[in-house]
Amino acid sequence: MIKVEGLTKRYARKIAVDNISFEVEKGQIVGFLGPNGAGKTTTMRVLTCFLPPTAGKASVAGFDVLEQPLEVKRRIGYLPETPPVYPEMEVHEYLEFVGRIKGVPKEQLAKRIAEVSEACAVSDVRKTLIGKLSKGYRQRVGLAQAIIHNPDVLILDEPTAGLDPHQIIETRDLIKGLAARGDHTIILSTHILPEVEQTCERVIIIAKGKLVAMDTVANLTSRLRGAETVAVEVVAGESEAAAVQRKLEQVAGVSRVLANQHREGKLSFTVESLEGRTIRPGLARAVIESGWNLNELHAVGLSLEEIFLQLTASPEDAKQEEAIAAAAAPVGESQ
Amino acid sequence: MNTFTVARKELNSYFRSPIAYGVMAFFALIAGYFFYVAVVFFVRRGMESAMMGQSFPMDMGEMIIRPLFSNISVIGLFLIPMITMRLFAEEKRTGTIELLLTSPISDLEIILGKWLGAMVLYMAMLAISALSLSVLFVYGHPDWKPILVGYLGLLLQGGCLLAIGTFISNCTKNQIVAGVAGFAIMLLLWVLDWASSFGTTVADKVISYLSVLQHFDTFSRGVLDTKDIVFYLSVIFVGLFLTARSMESLRWRA
Repeated sequence: MIKVEGLTKRYARKIAVDNISFEVEKGQIVGFLGPNGAGKTTTMRVLTCFLPPTAGKASVAGFDVLEQPLEVKRRIGYLPETPPVYPEMEVHEYLEFVGRIKGVPKEQLAKRIAEVSEACAVSDVRKTLIGKLSKGYRQRVGLAQAIIHNPDVLILDEPTAGLDPHQIIETRDLIKGLAARGDHTIILSTHILPEVEQTCERVIIIAKGKLVAMDTVANLTSRLRGAETVAVEVVAGESEAAAVQRKLEQVAGVSRVLANQHREGKLSFTVESLEGRTIRPGLARAVIESGWNLNELHAVGLSLEEIFLQLTASPEDAKQEEAIAAAAAPVGESQ
Repeated sequence: MNTFTVARKELNSYFRSPIAYGVMAFFALIAGYFFYVAVVFFVRRGMESAMMGQSFPMDMGEMIIRPLFSNISVIGLFLIPMITMRLFAEEKRTGTIELLLTSPISDLEIILGKWLGAMVLYMAMLAISALSLSVLFVYGHPDWKPILVGYLGLLLQGGCLLAIGTFISNCTKNQIVAGVAGFAIMLLLWVLDWASSFGTTVADKVISYLSVLQHFDTFSRGVLDTKDIVFYLSVIFVGLFLTARSMESLRWRA
């Protein structure tokens, strides 16, 4: 559906996007991930024909963004970072205007406005001036605007930025709802990682204009995680901390045990396994058989956050982070 | 079709904001004042000549209508930057330009739509002066043909100033900058005409030819001159063409 080949965008002094290539299949929902200023917005602007690429090709549904921009624009719904709404218009007037310029046939317009207002939960503010709406509502009006012409491709630039937690959940559900219907291909950019884990099937990570990784969330997680990490919490006095730690270290398959902060009567550890070993049953048995009570035992998955940091950090950054971590965590916080 | 959609949206924004009302009220006040002064002058001349037992030829066209049109054309210089300053600057500042530029409509449709929207507001503004002029028809029999020609001239002159203003608004994302720059340039186009009063060289003639107001003179006299119509139409074309170029460069630069 979307094909990007060797895309480069250069501004006067700086390269915003450097030779990026990727493809997105029809019906997929893809997270576009990267720190601020990584080139996410620029890539999206090229895809929406707002900016021409300096080099390389980009096409949507087989139409090139430079050769046939009108055909591309017809098939794209775009929500920029700040919703492009006119504060002096009422919600339904705005949707009508957008529907017209997006080429929705006149006889279907009223029906489409009703549908998207319903889908984006803005029916109750139809007659309200957009300028009087809250940020969350404006974002939803922006989303309604993006889907009014039922585009094949939806491009959403940080759809949850600046919303409160409640609104973030609503917006995410809305996007998931759109994706579930299966007729939209969705690209959404964000620098918030849980968002990608929760909404996207595939992730494209870019940093400093370069493509760093592109895979499914599950693959990325397992690719970077050879060994298992387990958090263990044992009910025991602090005097027994050393004994517990020794016991855990003796379990087969354990590579190392790190003591975390102990809270009154509870000792917590982070246990790492050797490559490809399952250690949780062994750990449980070891604790119980030694007469302590096991309070908690769970596998700590490598979160996307860690993957992201590993992939996007340059070597100097990593060194700096280690130095900071060493200075800040004298109790041996696990990494 | 899309052009009219954009024009309608523009017009809608004008009347949802204080701009339309401010501009129209200011115009009504100033144009009304000029009309009043001209009429009072005309009536006094009429009474004087009656008292002295002489009868000067009293010409409404020459004594009321022509000065009124000239004055309106100057008022336009002051008000048109206020109409055009927000056209693109506002959209660029709030980011709604992204909506327009990523919609399946051409740059030309956007530009023409915006210009047309501004044009309709300008026409609504001119309509107020028609109210004053209609008073003349109640008390006298002025010739209506020169009046029509005068309005045609105002439309053409306004159209070309609006086109220039549209271009300036496209060059910045700050409305105030667009307004001030627009006003400065329109003032310049007005005073260019003075060059011809100092000298008679070819350069003076060329400069004076570029003055937008100078070409209005024939219209205010009720004369239709193709030379001036062509001048106005070409300036409208150049203004809108420059806007299109500026939009194109906006894409390639940033």
